[in-house]
Amino acid sequence: METSIDNNLITRSENILERVITSAKIRDAVKGIKRIKRSHRQIRAENVFRKTIVIVALLMVVLVLGIMLTLVLQSILSIKTTGLAYLWGKTWDPVQDIFGAYPFLLGTLLTSFLALFISIPFSFAVAIFLGEYYPKGWLPNLLKNTVELIAAVPSVIYGFWGLAVLVPIVRSLETKINVAPIGLGIFTSSLILAVMIIPYAASLGQSMIKMVPANLKEAAYSLGATRWEVIRSVILPYTKSGLFAGVLLSLGRALGETMAVTMVIGNTSLIPKSIFAPGNTMASVIANEFTEADHPVYLSALIELGLVLFLVTVVINMIGKRLTKKFTN
Amino acid sequence: MKSIKIIAVAVVATIVTGGMMLTGCNGSGSGTGAKSDSTENTILGAGATFPYPLYSKMFAEYNKANGLKVNYQSIGSGGGIQQLTSKTVDFGASDATLNGKQDSALSAPVVHIPATSGAVVITYNLPDFKDTLNFTPEIVARIFLGEIKKWNDPKIAAVNKGVKLPATDIQVAHRSDGSGTTNIFTTYLSKVSPEWESKVGKGSAVNWPVGLGGKGNEGVAGSVKQTPGGIGYVELAFASQNNMAYGKLQNKAGNFILPSIASVTAAANIEIPADGKVSLTNTDATDGYPISGLSWVLIYKEQKYNDRSLDKATKMLKLIQWMIHDGQQYSGALNYAPLSAKAVSVGDAILKTVTYDGKPILQ
Repeated sequence: METSIDNNLITRSENILERVITSAKIRDAVKGIKRIKRSHRQIRAENVFRKTIVIVALLMVVLVLGIMLTLVLQSILSIKTTGLAYLWGKTWDPVQDIFGAYPFLLGTLLTSFLALFISIPFSFAVAIFLGEYYPKGWLPNLLKNTVELIAAVPSVIYGFWGLAVLVPIVRSLETKINVAPIGLGIFTSSLILAVMIIPYAASLGQSMIKMVPANLKEAAYSLGATRWEVIRSVILPYTKSGLFAGVLLSLGRALGETMAVTMVIGNTSLIPKSIFAPGNTMASVIANEFTEADHPVYLSALIELGLVLFLVTVVINMIGKRLTKKFTN
Repeated sequence: MKSIKIIAVAVVATIVTGGMMLTGCNGSGSGTGAKSDSTENTILGAGATFPYPLYSKMFAEYNKANGLKVNYQSIGSGGGIQQLTSKTVDFGASDATLNGKQDSALSAPVVHIPATSGAVVITYNLPDFKDTLNFTPEIVARIFLGEIKKWNDPKIAAVNKGVKLPATDIQVAHRSDGSGTTNIFTTYLSKVSPEWESKVGKGSAVNWPVGLGGKGNEGVAGSVKQTPGGIGYVELAFASQNNMAYGKLQNKAGNFILPSIASVTAAANIEIPADGKVSLTNTDATDGYPISGLSWVLIYKEQKYNDRSLDKATKMLKLIQWMIHDGQQYSGALNYAPLSAKAVSVGDAILKTVTYDGKPILQ
């Protein structure tokens, strides 16, 4: 709504002169029926176009509500059987129909936030480098394309790479710090996830940094600020809501990532005791067990897991939106 | 006014889309659709992933000889049974017999025809250890319960005299995805260990007391290969194709049996009930490998449903008959165990009970 009003204002203010001219023209053309017909047609086309875009936009809302409705309806059986205890139940036993999602909820949150924590220094460094230090040239271009390529690689390839390269490295690290040398686990998944989510925060961050008005920066420089001081006191405060939005985008990606995590997390339903322990995430449990879920309650419990994941994403997004607003003000 | 109209349209759209999603999820869909010559000459199947390499070889050979196209989707036993229940496929395939809940969801009786057999082997990774390890049922159950923790445990040493076992920690690997392999393995453990039965039980996915989950045979194999001291269970075909080390297992008769095509076929050399539904795990056969299992093709006993023609039903039955006879020659090369003579004769008898409009199809 806001934007349409803005557009009207703009067109009105710009075209007062033109409008006078055109209205004069129209008065001249009233005699010609052809002209009137065309303007009728134009009005109709305007209306059809407006209705089309409104319907298409509403369809998106309908789609999300429809998905949510499906998840709720399909998980009613499990909600009836387990109740709210589903959220903090610690056992997931399909044989005896005991379903508790706590270990997977914990696994999802642990891997995602740990990954975010690891990725932030890298994505911010890339964003500042590309946005402020070297916005043009072959090296920044190469770096930019490479970072974007990271987002384009299919996640199963990350899974293979993790299994073949990262797991042995983590295992030798674990041997050195005296924890059980498994290699697979929460920590390894977080590392993989961190690599996968860097591009999201980095590319949004660098375009935000490029948008900082030059006169602000120049004013700071003219007062004798060093580059670091400009970044710290001008660029970062100016772009923090954009940087935060990028981080939020990364987190959303990390929460839902399935394939790569499944391959390196170790897939146990036990509650992880440390970040080096194996665990499981909601997305990978669904991917693992959905095909062979052979009785109705089991299937329904898996769908409820999807519902919980959906709600976790919604809640985190809402908190993020609020924080972004707070930063902006 | 216009905005009210738009909202009304949106509400209607919500209801319609929501409705479509729900029916979509409930499974059936309209299925095969209009009939033509091509659908008449195509058989649709879905189910177990374990026999997929063998079935696709069989169907390709049958297509060359008889021109019948078979489209088999290896989506997992559970999925195959669901599709058969909603009648979107002509036959299902499963590594387990139907359980009570699946049975009651069916609108008509289904018959189980044994089509091939396979085994689950215990694979391990002990570097610098060249001998074949012996396992007893008790040792296997206790390892997977997390009670035996070291490779040089006295219980393991007792059945492996003369070999020097390392003091390595045992690292258990299991399947993370629901699978028929897990079902056969846990069914076996439930039979041989009361403790396993009460603590864990049997199913295509269970609550594992210890260990790491890997996706698919390759996931478990990868986990075992990478971890010194690792132990896991994979299909025989997979283990022999990948040259993995696997142990001998003591069967009910007390013999230590190395899993092989011959010992798996031997496991099925027992009295098989007339309905073909038998678990070969912990077999009575003296030279049979104890973690063996049949894999079944499932079809409706009465073939006249959903406007199916007699011609199509006959073609499908002939295909299945060919699979359990001539088709078995392709087993060995692909590391599947051919059906035992007893299993084939039971399969023949079951096929003769399949009817079209009340009359037997095969004579």
